[in-house]
Amino acid sequence: MDFSLSPEHQMVQKMVREFAQKEVAPVIREYDRKQEPIPWVLQRMGELGLLGISFPVRYGGQGMDYLSLGLACEELEAVDSTLRVVMSVHVGLCGLTLLQWGTEEQKRRFLTPLAKGEKIGCGAFSEPGMGSDVAAMRTTARREGDFYILNGEKMWISLASKADFALVTARTNPEAARPSEGLSTFLVDLHSEGITRGDLHGKMGMRAGSTGWIHFRDVRVPLENRIGEEGEGFKITMSAFDHGRYTVAAGATGVIRAALEASTRYARERVAFGKPIAEHQLIQQKIAAMLTDYEIARLLYWQVGWLKNLGRRCTRETSIAKKFATEAAFRAANEAIQVHGAYGYMDEYDMERHLRNIRATIIYEGSSEIQTLIQAGYALGMRQDKPLRCEPPAYDAEEWTKPA
Amino acid sequence: MKIVTCIKQVPDTEAKISLENGKVQWGDSPLVINPFDEYAVEAALQQKDKHGATVVAICIGPDSAREALKHALAMGADEAILISDAALENLDAQGAAQVLAAAIRKIGDADLVIFGRQSIDSGTGLTPAQTARRLGWPLLSLAGSIELNNGRVRVERVIEEGRQIVSAALPAVLSVVQSIGEPRYPSFMGIRRASRATIPTWSLADLGISAPTPLVEQRAMFAPPSREQPCEFIQGETVTEIAEKLVEKILAEKVL
Ligand SMILES: Cc1cc2nc3c(=O)[nH]c(=O)nc-3n(C[C@H](O)[C@H](O)[C@H](O)COP(=O)(O)OP(=O)(O)OC[C@H]3O[C@@H](n4cnc5c(N)ncnc54)[C@H](O)[C@@H]3O)c2cc1C
Repeated sequence: MDFSLSPEHQMVQKMVREFAQKEVAPVIREYDRKQEPIPWVLQRMGELGLLGISFPVRYGGQGMDYLSLGLACEELEAVDSTLRVVMSVHVGLCGLTLLQWGTEEQKRRFLTPLAKGEKIGCGAFSEPGMGSDVAAMRTTARREGDFYILNGEKMWISLASKADFALVTARTNPEAARPSEGLSTFLVDLHSEGITRGDLHGKMGMRAGSTGWIHFRDVRVPLENRIGEEGEGFKITMSAFDHGRYTVAAGATGVIRAALEASTRYARERVAFGKPIAEHQLIQQKIAAMLTDYEIARLLYWQVGWLKNLGRRCTRETSIAKKFATEAAFRAANEAIQVHGAYGYMDEYDMERHLRNIRATIIYEGSSEIQTLIQAGYALGMRQDKPLRCEPPAYDAEEWTKPA
Repeated sequence: MKIVTCIKQVPDTEAKISLENGKVQWGDSPLVINPFDEYAVEAALQQKDKHGATVVAICIGPDSAREALKHALAMGADEAILISDAALENLDAQGAAQVLAAAIRKIGDADLVIFGRQSIDSGTGLTPAQTARRLGWPLLSLAGSIELNNGRVRVERVIEEGRQIVSAALPAVLSVVQSIGEPRYPSFMGIRRASRATIPTWSLADLGISAPTPLVEQRAMFAPPSREQPCEFIQGETVTEIAEKLVEKILAEKVL
C-alpha cells in the first residue's frame, strides 16, 4: 500500500493550483457578486488541457489518470466551486460517460472535440418534476426512421447555456415493464433546431457558474447520437453519476482545505482576550476537526481514483466519498466563518462564498439522502453491482498516451 | 539552434528565513525553481516556438535540484542536466560561472545562453556576466524582449533610465526580466515527460575542471535588525477625501 503522490501527480497539483490561485482567485469575488461566469475561464481551462485531462491522447485528451482528475478538482474548488463544476459536467458526466459507453466512432466524433476543449459538454438528467428519482423522468425520445424526436424539459443543468453538447437521458419506451428500463441516452447537439435554453438566476451559491434549463421541442437527434442500446439509459445515467460524484468528492475536499488554511492563518493572527485565538481551545477544536475531515475526505477520493485507475466499479466507494466530503466541506466552511468572526461573514474572506457554493453539492449528483440509501443498500445486501455491458475503462498509461 | 538556460533551485519566496549558527535556514519550506529563472525558461521556449530550437536546462545543485530541472522539462525544455559534486558546496557567483561555462562548452553548439536576472536567495545578479566573460561571449543583460535574426540577437533592455536596444552576434549570453512574458504553466504532456525523464548528473570530473576557489570570503552573517514601521490606515467617507488626506500626509512627511 502506498499513500504517496507520484512526482507526476505532484506536478499536476502544483500546475492546477497555480492556475487557480494566480488567475482565478483575484477575480472570483467580482464575478460571484455580479452573478456572471468569468468570460474567459472555459477557454483558458481548454488551453491548459484541463478539459481533456483524463482522456486518452488518441481521443484528443491529455492521457493523465483518474487520480490526476481528482487532484485537479481539489485544487480548482479550493478557489471556487464553479471551476470544479466544469470538470464535473464536461469531463465527468459527459466525457467519461462517452468514454465508457460510446462506440469507437462516437468517441472519435464526439469525445475528441470535447477532450480538446473545442466543444463543451454537459449532462442533462434532472427535470422540473424529478431529480433523485431518475426513472421518473418525463422527457421523451420517439424513434422516427433514422432519428429520435425529443420533447420535454431538463432543469438545473450546469453549463446548459454554455455547452455545445449535452448527454441527455429520455424515455424511449413508455410501456417498459419497469420505468427504468424505458430510458435511453443521447448525445444531443445543443445548437439543434427546437432547442431553447437559458440560465437560472437567484441561486444561493455557484454564482459565477451557469445553471440553467434546456427545452426540447421536436428536436431531431440522429440515430448515431444514441449512446448505448435503447433501454440502457438508466444504467448509463448511473455511470455518469459515478464519474461526476468522484469529481464532486475531490472538489469538496478542496473546500475543506481552503477552510483549514484560512482558519489556521487567521487564528494565528487574530488576538482576543490577550492571545491569538489559535490558543483558545474551542478554536483549536474547530481546526482539528477540519484537519481530520480533510485527511478523511482526501483518502476517500484517492481510493476512488485508484479504483477507477484499475477499471473497477466503485459506486459504493464513490458514494461514501461524495457524501462525506460534501457534508464535511459544508461544516468546514461554516466553522471557518465562525473562526473569522464578523470578517468571515463578508465576501472579502471567501468563506461565505464557499459555504454558499458547497451547499449545492449536498443536493446535486445524488443528494445526501440518496447516498445514504445507496450505502445502506450495499450494507444490507439489497444492492449489488451487476456486470455492465460497458465497464468503466481502466487507466492504461501506455494505451492512453499513444499518439492519435 | 540550441539554447541553454541556467536555472537555480531556491527556497520558496514564502519561506520563513532564519539564521542559525551563521547559516541561513528555511525550515521545511519547499525548494522551487528560482522565480526569475522561470522567465529564462519562458524566454528560451518563446524562441523555440518561433524558430525551432533545442532547449537545454542546466542547474548546479544537490540531488534535490532535479525538481527545478523537472519543472523546466514540464514547461517544455527538451533536455536537462544536473551539475552536482560534493566539492561544489561553497560557490560564489564567480565559481558558479566557471562551472556553468564548462558545462555549456561540454554541451556544445549553444547559440544562446539565457539566465534570469538574479537569484532570489543570494541575489548577486553576477552569474550571467561572469559566465559570459568565461565563455568570451557578449552579455546582453536585463532583456525584456528578444529577437533573433540572421545569426544576431537584438534585445530591448529594461533599465532604470528607460529602454535600451542592443544587439550582438551569436553566440551570446542573455539575462531576462519579467517583461519577457509570464512563464507558461507546465503542460500535462510536459509533466508526463518530465516525471519519466532521467536527468544525467555531471560531476566536476565530467566537466574536466577542479573545484573553483571562491574569490569572496564570507566573514559573518547576521539578520538585519527588525524595523519598527508604524502603519496607518487613512480613513474617509469618499475616495476624494481619502486622497486629499493622503496628499496632505505625503506633503507633511516631506516624502515628495
Ligand atoms: C447548482 C445545481 C447544479 C445542478 N446541476 C445539474 C446538472 O448539471 N445536471 C443534472 O441533471 N442535474 C443537475 N442538478 C440537479 C440535481 O441533480 C437535483 O437537484 C438533485 O438530483 C435532487 O433532485 P431534486 O432537486 O429534484 O430533489 P428531489 O428528488 O425532489 O428531492 C427532494 C428532497 O427529498 C429527498 N429525497 C428524494 N427521494 C428520497 C428518498 N427515496 N428517500 C429519502 N429522501 C429522498 C432528497 O434528498 C431531497 O432532500 C443541479 C442542481 C443544482 C442545485
